[in-house]
Amino acid sequence: MLSNPRTSFILRNLWLAVWLALLITTIGKAQEKPYFVTYSHDLEEPGNLEIETKTALAQPNGGNQFGATAMELEYGTRAWWTTELYLDGQATGSDSTVFTGWRLENRLRPLMRDHAINPVFYVEYENTSGADKTILEVVGHDSQTDLAAPNGELRRDHQHEAELKLILSSNVKDWNFSENFITEKDLGHAPWEFGYAVGATRPLRSAASSRECTFCAEKFIAGAEVYGGLGDTFALTLRDTSHYIAPLIGWQLPKGVRFSFSPGFGFTSTSLSRIYRVGLAYEFDQVGRWFQRSNGGGQ
Amino acid sequence: MMRRSFAVFLIAFSAAIAFAAASASRWQRVPAKDHARTNPLDGQREAKMAGALVYRDHCQQCHQANAQGDGRKRPSLRSEGIRAATDGDIEWFLRQGDLRHGMPSWSSLPQAQRWQIVAYLRSIQ
Repeated sequence: MLSNPRTSFILRNLWLAVWLALLITTIGKAQEKPYFVTYSHDLEEPGNLEIETKTALAQPNGGNQFGATAMELEYGTRAWWTTELYLDGQATGSDSTVFTGWRLENRLRPLMRDHAINPVFYVEYENTSGADKTILEVVGHDSQTDLAAPNGELRRDHQHEAELKLILSSNVKDWNFSENFITEKDLGHAPWEFGYAVGATRPLRSAASSRECTFCAEKFIAGAEVYGGLGDTFALTLRDTSHYIAPLIGWQLPKGVRFSFSPGFGFTSTSLSRIYRVGLAYEFDQVGRWFQRSNGGGQ
Repeated sequence: MMRRSFAVFLIAFSAAIAFAAASASRWQRVPAKDHARTNPLDGQREAKMAGALVYRDHCQQCHQANAQGDGRKRPSLRSEGIRAATDGDIEWFLRQGDLRHGMPSWSSLPQAQRWQIVAYLRSIQ
């Protein structure tokens, strides 16, 4: 844990280090939708490891600006099964920089064929503190006031949560439409909380160029997502719930790096008025083969 | 001795039949409508070149730069099976994948890029 008034400076340097580390690696790729909250039925290719950082920048009413980053390690266990580990941290202005916990998730495709609507089951265990501000989902009566308290106070609250999602997703004429139904339960005495996320994306051009290019239209994917809370089993109502609409843009950079950006806008009084999200992803191909080579079993 | 040779022959013959049946059944699963489709980019040089780049980004990691696979789980794409398939068969298979056997679904790629891959695969047979 760090405690430093210039936390944003540290965060920027951390970003720079990650960025450079990604750029010096030579081979790899990343090809996913630029959603930050919504999941589509795209899974990681088997044997590949994707490293992605998702950063949320916002300022709650009555609180300080913060930047919260989730570092995501996503591995394609099978073509129908993806496993992810998240490491979360945040830096709050005039406060501190803290590690806020980890999450382990699995996504499973029960149907082996592509259909008009493709279901994916999502199961996650979260071990985070109340200071987690990554906002990777919005459920129940999540509110901006949850994010306004000092880190020292928020960190006293430990959360052991299970999260289940039903992901439904369709690819239609180069568009992707995804709908997520979310339920989350603190494993202590707390109600089930519900939420939703829906999104649509499309590449700016369908056909690939016949030459290498960085700024070609097909390298960009645009879209939007809408997400929010649906109350909980104690109060299954939309009153005091947060909802956001967020345009998205994703850019496939050379050397397999993917950049994504999304300005989100809250449209209820309990929502943050604005939330900016930045993502940077890099995919390592066939990491299992690295170990085969070291054992002399590679090709 | 004679009996042993016969047993070896029987096993080899059965394996060949099973392999042939598996290869054939892959395309037999393709719906007639998809099977009959032709590549709208067929014969376009640009499509082959673009397909080579899409192949490099998405297929090469498993099927190798020369498309000959690894001789084990990742099959060669310069094969009789590919030559026997219609353009529609290959595009359908790219879209569906074979999740049970490790081939991802590429329905997330725009359809034009799947046709570009088909054009490229045709050009390397």
